[in-house]
Amino acid sequence: MINYILKRILYAIPILIGVNLLTFTLFFVVNSPDEVARLHLGNKRVTQEQIQSWNEQRGYNFPLFINESEKGLNKIKKTIFYEKSIKLFYFDFGISDSGRDIKYDIKQRMWPSLAIALPSLLVGLMINITFALFFVFFRSTKVDYIGVIFCVALMSISSLFYIIGGQYLISKLLQLVPISGYSQGVDAIKFLILPVLISVIYGIGSGTRWYRSLFLEEIEKDYVKTAKSKGLSEVSVLFNHVFKNALIPILTGVVVILPLLFLGSLIVESFFGIPGLGSYTIDAIQSQDFAIVRAMVFLGTILYILGLILTDISYTLVDPRVRLK
Amino acid sequence: MMFVFLLTDIFFYIIIFTLGLYIFYVRKTKDILETWKHVFRSRTGIISIVVLSFFLIIAILDSIHIKERTYNEQTKSFSYEAEIKSVLDIILLPTYENTEKSYSSPFSSNLYSKETVIIEKNIEKRVYPKLLYKGNHNKYSSENVTNISITFIVSLLKYILIFTIFYVFFYFRIIFRSKNNIFNPLKENKVFFTTLSVMILLSIFLYELSLQYYVLGTDKVGVDVLYKSIKSIRTGILIGTLTTIVMLPFAIFLGIFAGYIGGFVDDIIQYVYTTLNSIPSVLLIASAILMLQVYMANNPLNFENIYERADLRLFFLCMILGLTSWTGLCRLLRGESMKLKEVEYVQASKTFGLSKFSIIVRHIMPNIMHIVIITIVLDFSALVLAEAVLSYVNIGVDPTTYSWGNMINAARLEMSKEPIVWWSLFSAFTFMFILVLFANLFSDVVRDAFDPRTSKNYE
Repeated sequence: MINYILKRILYAIPILIGVNLLTFTLFFVVNSPDEVARLHLGNKRVTQEQIQSWNEQRGYNFPLFINESEKGLNKIKKTIFYEKSIKLFYFDFGISDSGRDIKYDIKQRMWPSLAIALPSLLVGLMINITFALFFVFFRSTKVDYIGVIFCVALMSISSLFYIIGGQYLISKLLQLVPISGYSQGVDAIKFLILPVLISVIYGIGSGTRWYRSLFLEEIEKDYVKTAKSKGLSEVSVLFNHVFKNALIPILTGVVVILPLLFLGSLIVESFFGIPGLGSYTIDAIQSQDFAIVRAMVFLGTILYILGLILTDISYTLVDPRVRLK
Repeated sequence: MMFVFLLTDIFFYIIIFTLGLYIFYVRKTKDILETWKHVFRSRTGIISIVVLSFFLIIAILDSIHIKERTYNEQTKSFSYEAEIKSVLDIILLPTYENTEKSYSSPFSSNLYSKETVIIEKNIEKRVYPKLLYKGNHNKYSSENVTNISITFIVSLLKYILIFTIFYVFFYFRIIFRSKNNIFNPLKENKVFFTTLSVMILLSIFLYELSLQYYVLGTDKVGVDVLYKSIKSIRTGILIGTLTTIVMLPFAIFLGIFAGYIGGFVDDIIQYVYTTLNSIPSVLLIASAILMLQVYMANNPLNFENIYERADLRLFFLCMILGLTSWTGLCRLLRGESMKLKEVEYVQASKTFGLSKFSIIVRHIMPNIMHIVIITIVLDFSALVLAEAVLSYVNIGVDPTTYSWGNMINAARLEMSKEPIVWWSLFSAFTFMFILVLFANLFSDVVRDAFDPRTSKNYE
């Protein structure tokens, strides 16, 4: 087991290096730091000195790969590649272009993101599975048919509509909860209810359909026929056999996204003014703060790979047929 | 008049051409023809095909761009206007050529906000000013309800005229002449004709109405919202199709290579797509678009014309979306070709000494095509929806491009107006909903028909 996990972690390293090289190319080779500085300072009438000092403040005033003016190890260390890319590997995210400590910001902001993402996931999971079981119970009847059409319709609505509509209806017309904002402690609940609700409703369409197809796939298997032919009732087959066996793909599907919950949802957070990592990313994109975007790309990749490793582990825990090699 | 070919136009023509080739190919291939007939026979399938074709026709009309030639009095010579129009613009010209001053609600004959008007000397009054071009110039009656009903009857008459011509054509089997035709099941299909009739009638009715009203109101600068929504169709469809077409060659060739050849090649290809797939796609798209923005801001000379600039940005957006989304298809194709490699008929052709290339072309390709088709139609709706979100984050299409995302983005602030300006949002969401809904329904039917795994029992 430990061997396997170690192997997986080692396998993650080349991927991280690949991502790192890719972001480095995107952010520093496609456009040189000077060009980025020019954009930030306003395009016209920018002197070379202004660009120099802008770069100096943010640590972009080095050559890309090899610094000829330094000696020894510093030849490699005093470069943009080392400062901005290699340092990510020891979680040194540096400072943002606006001068804030990115690591501190991320630590602060990941909890509000989690406060929305985790309840949305759990509540959504329960609702979607309930609906899916309901439709599967009434499979090949009108109920199932209408339910599926309804799910497709729900899926076809833009996520922006749910957010704008929900905000308008519940916060503005009914004035049940504040439109946007966030506060610490128990007080936060009133700010969290609506975003969670909207995330859940948005997920119902695709979620229910997905779980429905999982259950249907399971229901065709031979052991279900056996269970039925030995006289078990439809309900008992559904819950004791189909549901239990379908839990394996459901569980692993949830595990893979667990780490990514920290990243939060981009638009929900930004619409509701939640100070999470999602709105952090959006703000960074809109103010063209490339340091933060780079850090988030790296963080997202790490969390994604972590999710994959956790999935593999959880497979062995719940499904005795799977053996790790 | 001069034809102008924007970059996305050319690619769109290529897509249409490929679609034509595919239809030709399907007509020759019996088993695929049968599968498609299954799609055409399904009620949901036929309805969504008709509706999607309407969207597609609008997008095609909107992709044929021209420049008008004007005569210059002073230089006594002809010159081309800078403005680029599409055929759709020319067709719709009477409905949108005039713009009002500001907001007006659907079917209204007044502006939406009061203005101070001087009636006589020193007497000012705050009134809702009349609209300049539409709403108060009703053709048949001054009452809105009566006027709309009469307009509907007129459209109905026009429709019947069109239908009669069409029916005469149909009767003489000019359209449906050949026997082994993909359209054959349509002949007895009532659903097909009902849907087609409703769509044509609706188009005529909307056109007639928008000569007299702003059916979906006007926006902040007085532009017809219906016109904006219709113009956005091209953007939506382009993003949905061009993206998959861009990624298709990568996914197919790399997927088959990795799966069939295996070994070292497989390792490299797997590494590439795992790496790309590990980056959360929004962040990858954001990074790429941000860098594109910097590049465009620093090299303004290459993008002088605003049309070309907006068009290029749309094209790059499709490229970037494509590059981030080919990984899923590539992985599926790799798995499938690995399976096919072990299948007996492939093994047999190998023993007969067929080259790798011809095995791939003759045996592997046709047998993975169903995965490709399912992926194309499944991705389409997700991409249309993604455009709106990306535009909201400012990493979508150019702000000057007509798109539902841009409409929503602009209308977001109008929600806080009192009373609220709802029609821009409403139109953008409705149009997007209709397109995505029918694309989803279509993809369901296609998946059922093509996926060997789906059981027909429960659907």
